[in-house]
Amino acid sequence: MRLSCPICGERDIREFYYQGADVALNRPAPDAGDDAWQDYVYLRDNQPGEHRDLWQHESGCGSWIVVSRNTVTHEVSGAKLAKEMKRAKA
Amino acid sequence: MRVAGKGQIDQSTPISFTFDGIQYRGFVGDTVASALLANDIRLMARSFKYHRPRGVLTAGSEEPNALMTVGRDGATDPNVRATVQEIYEGLELRSQNAWPSLEYDVMAVNDLASPFLGAGFYYKTFMWPRAFWERVYEPIIRRAAGLGALSGEKQSDKYERAYAHCDVLVIGAGPAGLMAALKAAKSGADVILADEDSVMGGRLNSETFEVDGQTGADWAAGIVEQMREMDNVRLMTRTTVSGVYDQGTFGALERVNHHTSVRDGKAPLETFWRIVAKQSILAAGAIERPIAFQNNDRPGIMTAGAVRSYLNRWGVAPGKAITIFANNDDAHRTAMDMLAAGVHVAAVIDSRFNVQALGDYTLIKGAYVCGTKGRKGLETITVRTSTGTQSISTDCLAMSGGWNPTVHLTCHMNGRPTWREDIASFVPTEGTIPNMTVAGACNGDFSTHACLRAGLEAATKAVTALGKTPGEIDAPQSEDTAYKMEPLWAVPGKGRAWVDFQNDVLVKDVKQAAVENFRSVEHMKRYTTQGMATDQGKNSNVTALALLADATGRGIPETGTTTFRPPYSPIAMAAFGAGAEGKGFAPERKTTSHMATIEDGAPMMEAGLWYRPSYFPIKGEKTWRQSCDREVGYVRNAVGVCDVSTLGKIDIQGPDAAELLDFVYTNMFSSLKVGRVRYGLMLREDGYVMDDGTTARLSGTHFVMTTTTAAAGAVMRHLEFATQVLRPELDVRLMSVTEQWAQFAVAGPQSRELLNGLLDQTLDNETWPFMACGDVSISGVKGRLFRISYSGEHAYEIAVPARYGDSLFRTLTAKTTEMAGGPYGVEALNVLRIEKGFITHAEIHGRVTAFDIGMGRMISAKKDCIGKTMAARDGLLDEGRERLMGFKPVGAVKQLTAGAHLYNEGDEATAELDKGYLTSVAFSPTLGHFMALGFVRGGPERLGDRLRMVDYMRQIETIVEVCDPVFFDPKGERTRG
Repeated sequence: MRLSCPICGERDIREFYYQGADVALNRPAPDAGDDAWQDYVYLRDNQPGEHRDLWQHESGCGSWIVVSRNTVTHEVSGAKLAKEMKRAKA
Repeated sequence: MRVAGKGQIDQSTPISFTFDGIQYRGFVGDTVASALLANDIRLMARSFKYHRPRGVLTAGSEEPNALMTVGRDGATDPNVRATVQEIYEGLELRSQNAWPSLEYDVMAVNDLASPFLGAGFYYKTFMWPRAFWERVYEPIIRRAAGLGALSGEKQSDKYERAYAHCDVLVIGAGPAGLMAALKAAKSGADVILADEDSVMGGRLNSETFEVDGQTGADWAAGIVEQMREMDNVRLMTRTTVSGVYDQGTFGALERVNHHTSVRDGKAPLETFWRIVAKQSILAAGAIERPIAFQNNDRPGIMTAGAVRSYLNRWGVAPGKAITIFANNDDAHRTAMDMLAAGVHVAAVIDSRFNVQALGDYTLIKGAYVCGTKGRKGLETITVRTSTGTQSISTDCLAMSGGWNPTVHLTCHMNGRPTWREDIASFVPTEGTIPNMTVAGACNGDFSTHACLRAGLEAATKAVTALGKTPGEIDAPQSEDTAYKMEPLWAVPGKGRAWVDFQNDVLVKDVKQAAVENFRSVEHMKRYTTQGMATDQGKNSNVTALALLADATGRGIPETGTTTFRPPYSPIAMAAFGAGAEGKGFAPERKTTSHMATIEDGAPMMEAGLWYRPSYFPIKGEKTWRQSCDREVGYVRNAVGVCDVSTLGKIDIQGPDAAELLDFVYTNMFSSLKVGRVRYGLMLREDGYVMDDGTTARLSGTHFVMTTTTAAAGAVMRHLEFATQVLRPELDVRLMSVTEQWAQFAVAGPQSRELLNGLLDQTLDNETWPFMACGDVSISGVKGRLFRISYSGEHAYEIAVPARYGDSLFRTLTAKTTEMAGGPYGVEALNVLRIEKGFITHAEIHGRVTAFDIGMGRMISAKKDCIGKTMAARDGLLDEGRERLMGFKPVGAVKQLTAGAHLYNEGDEATAELDKGYLTSVAFSPTLGHFMALGFVRGGPERLGDRLRMVDYMRQIETIVEVCDPVFFDPKGERTRG
């Protein structure tokens, strides 16, 4: 499998570290309450289909990226810099 | 025997090889199978279960019978297919699964016992007593049945891995594949053409058809030559594309050196390729299927197409009187080719009534072969017609039940093939592999011309998808006869008729499975073991499921197929794992002091990928403890030096560097003064401790963080995560500088005195107090000095650019030795830190909180940090949690062990009554007894209590007293001195 790093281009999967769902982009405020923190730290949907995951190009440029992929077809539809996605939200 | 004037191999220079110690001759280009047949050797192997004498069935990689062992010792290669292995001068082959010899195999007694050894016999037979399962039955079964054996020695052959990328991967170089590759290449695409055979051309090398007015073989060779001249084509022979994976990735095994005696240690025996292709064309051909009839497994019975291959390609007639048994027109060509070569054709038996002889041979219509004779080689066959039976003398029966398209690769991504009634076989379902086009016989096109045309069409499709204009090539003139057949799976009648030759599965076994309600094809497969041998049922799957469909009263499409999985043909684990063994699996990281340490005779231990010295033995010391105790003494009484470069070092710079540290550490770093160091604790977002270490502030915007050796990578990733994902607004940059700096601990009461004789400046307690840091100069080399201590002594860590590390370490070693000290290893380092109650990942093992290790107050109330919110959960602040304490032995046994568990005195040592466990244990030469760090429920509440320590694994039990985790100098006066 290969992922397209926005900085380095298409690279082999073995250069990347896998983190998990992109919920990390939405870190709650310290006083957001137990439910919000429970959701953020532990609860993940695991539906088949489109997923957005955080990966790090650890053996490359070090960028954290958000990869869109389909867990049914294994199609990878895109990758963006997490930094830019987070800034766009702000 | 060889037939004069036939075959495509060069017969001018003979080469010799041995099989079971007997020398035979063959020619370059021969396979073991063709060469042995040329020497009239038909018996080549024994079968898996019944030890039946077996010859060769096929002429390709699907061969189920003729398996042999090549080579000796570490270069032993078992289960080599005689139809694939090419001969070379000096090749040594041995038969396998036979004792004492292939001719007289004692285990052939199994064949007599076959009524008791049918499908599922071991589930029914070896039931009682239960104790016999593993100790008696399994060893007997394993010895009695089986294929070749590994040598048990370390692999001595070299295997490699390689990667390739292309526009179009063409799999198979028969007429369809050659045409497709040529057209794709002429359209400007980068092409890889891979074929498992040593010569490209596929069936064209085995048939007498003409293409474009030339022999098929000559035409194929011409196309290959054309492509060899092209820069955009890579031709890969002896390369089996073994698996299809996501995103156009293919696995392929190249058998680089199996065909030569060259083992010079340079070229690998095999190379495992990963090929990435934008488009692929599958032109994998088809495999002829046998017919099941009584005793259809005798040496001399083979597929009709294989008989033509031996004659037309290798110039070998596999018998003197050939008979043919078929349900289709195609097999009649075997008779025609034999007649043309002057070989006697005794009869052609065709199960169909409506069929005409193509030439001058005896045709028996509407007939079946219903039995055979000849223990170690075919002698006669019995033929049954509506009017009765007759016996025919023959030493080679060519059989054909039709052809199965090689659909395997199209099923590797969950695809299922589609049943086609007219050819009574499965063809690939369109679209099961993205960007793959299927062409030729593997798609059910069985004439040469149809294959050539399909290859051109596939190339057009592939290059158009790449945005290229297809080149103009027409399909050359060639044979275009229709494929006529009527299904015949098994000849009705009694006796044993083989379906799966390799696993000895019979027609009656498949029927038995259906009777016992294993009606699903997947159940039948597992109950009978049909298709589970190394040929993965290539010769038997379609027949077996047709029989199952019949036995269960369903159609074949409803019955379905089992799942085809990679690899297409067997691959040695050594090839899969090439490059990932030894240092390829775990590369070595060495510190700058490595050479000096080795020269000192220090044994090294692994710390992750790093190598660190355990201890530095001196003359007269007999145990590691003696060395370790002495080294602890250096640090407590004089001065020691230890390489601490393996700790992670992260350079952090930027206007917001301090803010980042406040966010990732529990405690404050923005308040840290320039020129000072602070200990920091780092949490995961779930509130548990992640790592600890010291961070030095070199300027207002410049920090250097140290991490533990084990967590260096994880902490770097964590900091990048914090800066890029959580707080991208921070203006800060990170760089791992672990390998750029060599860093040494100089520890002990005389450490300052030592440094004052080394540095270009003088240290004193006012300008360099505990936790000070700053730039220093050593003989003109710029370095950094940190007054930090992991031993509890007055100590420093001195860092220089890595290129000076070796020199500095040797200098420090010499100076410490002059001062009644010396170098110390990881064992002494560990004792020193346990004496002081300092933690490592033995304590912060992922399930402990800051509260558990007595650092709850280090979580600053003035700011947010990663993990703060979750660490405040009630359950994580419970006084009754397992909390860090010290332990010392007070029972009769004075030894403590890490991993031992703790119980109240008088309690049984059971999981329910468990009160905690020891994490770090050492003998303290300073205190004169064992000491331990560990966790106990209630922690400080248990101070002074006596507990029972039990180590079931090492059978050690004693009584311990709970004490403060700081065993030595609890006020820390020595550190500040």
